[in-house]
Amino acid sequence: MNNPYLPYPVRIDSVITETEDRNLKTFKFIFLNPEDEEKFKYTAGQFAMLSVAGQGEIPIGIASSPTEKGFIKFTVNKVGRVTTFMHNMKAGDIMGVRGPCGNWYPWDILEGKNLVIIGGGFAFTTLRSSIVYMLNPENRSKYGKIDVVYGARHPGLLLYREELAAWEARDDINMHITVDGTTDPNWKYNVGFVPAITKQKAPSAENSYAIICGPPVMIKFTLPVLTELGFPPERIISSLEMRMKCGIGICGRCNLGTEYVCKDGPVFTLEKLSKLPNEY
Amino acid sequence: MSEMFIAKGDFPAIIERLMSRYRVYAPVKNGRHYEFAALKEAGAADLGFKNTRMSPKAIFYPQAERMFEYSLAKDDPEVNIVKETPKDFSPQVVLGIRPCDAKAFRLDDANFCSDKFKDPWWAQRRESTTLIGFACNSPSSTCFCTSVNTGPFDTTGLDAMLVDTGDGYALQVITEKGKNVLGILELKPAPAQVAGKVEELKASAEKSVATAFDPPAIAQQGTLDIFNAPIWDEIHFACLNCGTCTFMCPTCWCFDIQDEVQEGTKGDRLRLWDSCMFSLFTFHGSGHNPRSQKVQRVRQRFMHKLKYYQDKYGTGTACVGCGRCVQACPVNIDIRQVGRLMGSGCSCPA
Repeated sequence: MNNPYLPYPVRIDSVITETEDRNLKTFKFIFLNPEDEEKFKYTAGQFAMLSVAGQGEIPIGIASSPTEKGFIKFTVNKVGRVTTFMHNMKAGDIMGVRGPCGNWYPWDILEGKNLVIIGGGFAFTTLRSSIVYMLNPENRSKYGKIDVVYGARHPGLLLYREELAAWEARDDINMHITVDGTTDPNWKYNVGFVPAITKQKAPSAENSYAIICGPPVMIKFTLPVLTELGFPPERIISSLEMRMKCGIGICGRCNLGTEYVCKDGPVFTLEKLSKLPNEY
Repeated sequence: MSEMFIAKGDFPAIIERLMSRYRVYAPVKNGRHYEFAALKEAGAADLGFKNTRMSPKAIFYPQAERMFEYSLAKDDPEVNIVKETPKDFSPQVVLGIRPCDAKAFRLDDANFCSDKFKDPWWAQRRESTTLIGFACNSPSSTCFCTSVNTGPFDTTGLDAMLVDTGDGYALQVITEKGKNVLGILELKPAPAQVAGKVEELKASAEKSVATAFDPPAIAQQGTLDIFNAPIWDEIHFACLNCGTCTFMCPTCWCFDIQDEVQEGTKGDRLRLWDSCMFSLFTFHGSGHNPRSQKVQRVRQRFMHKLKYYQDKYGTGTACVGCGRCVQACPVNIDIRQVGRLMGSGCSCPA
């Protein structure tokens, strides 16, 4: 019997420190058994349980895109026991990955639509996956205009800085990078909070969906802006975080009413969330 | 459904025959209480019980269980690779389980084995286990099985059922699995008058169970209406968050997964019963906690049992009315009263 709790063994291929505060590192994994990569077929927006023998497991959004083959990537914030341990692991070390878990951004519904992607802080991982997925030459024509508002407290806390710069240079994606504040005289992007920049750039709600991920306070102040721009709740999509153990809807802790965030989520429309108990 | 009969004097010998082929669990008296235990001798089985203190869920889902094991030794070529811990899934029989507890496992099945994921340990133990139930002739005052879609003679979750008719046990075979297990016993058919006696006992047992609350009335109300109702302030007030209700309950299945390391070089990944009554249950690594308050946790337990499960599966409540939580709660929180409040649609405590 297939055991959904058993992680696939992976080798850490590289560890990159993403941010100046050194709290975020990106781990690139390669499956020890190549056939496991096929079994781990995922879609942008899903997450996985990362497993460290002797430490435990943690749910982390998949930062790589399904269009990137041969590896999977996760950006991990140092917060607890497993993540702190992982931050001291190095290339060559063996750990495990279980999944993919949960649902994904509704790529079938999003076809033919404009996308407004709004991210804040380190909640940019599955958004990175989504952008890379959409910009893939095979997929780009399926989607309309892409606007990205991505903010961090200061430039040193932005993830994937080289990729952000590369996307800035493209003409098929409108990047609106912003920081809360900076002393860098050469900073050439926006300064201001994500809600304010969203309002200023005012992406059209016409035939558009918004995907928003970030700290609760950012979401709280951005939602009214989106409403003002004309986005109805069923076209605002978010992804939730929860404490999880099983990742497959069995262990019982991550529910919002009838829905398990790990299995029925983590992606919900605002409309769906408005009908569920707000225990998140 | 065929009926057979076992004279009480023959019962220990029957258990012994079962034990020669299967691991047999039965109620055993342990101090003031009864618990299900794997029998070492047939005589230890004791059907003189109302119900066991703990539900028999641990037979399928132990309180602490090794899921996986691994080596942490740096020179081990398989260092850090998590592997399945070998387990024994040989055939076993649970003898004397009450109909409510057997029904509870059906409700738990929906959680452990969905279309998409099957919990391998739960599924294999369920598969290898035959449930020979024991009808309740005299339910307790805390029982309310008939309010929640089961009953003292409900055979839904059972493979066979014993009914105490005074001088012996009438035995109904319900499933193929039950037939196969009981086939080895070469039992005699029940005498003609037994069927009538069983019907009489069933009617009187069902009549003796009081109506506690009305699950459809809860199903009909809006989730957020009950969730936001002021009833929870009153209900949660005395709760100590001790978790006793969740540990005894046959339909509480929540678990934690933890790693445990021995001597630095070997470790296990364990599955351990957990409880929605504990604040750590939902505590994020960031420090955020969506159910940090007691009132939220108490509400979660009752909403899950009586509302969310009904809405999710459409097969009634995740409660079988065994009454264990009513009996054991140190502050007398009574799920029957909570069910009435949840179904009343009235914001004032009744």
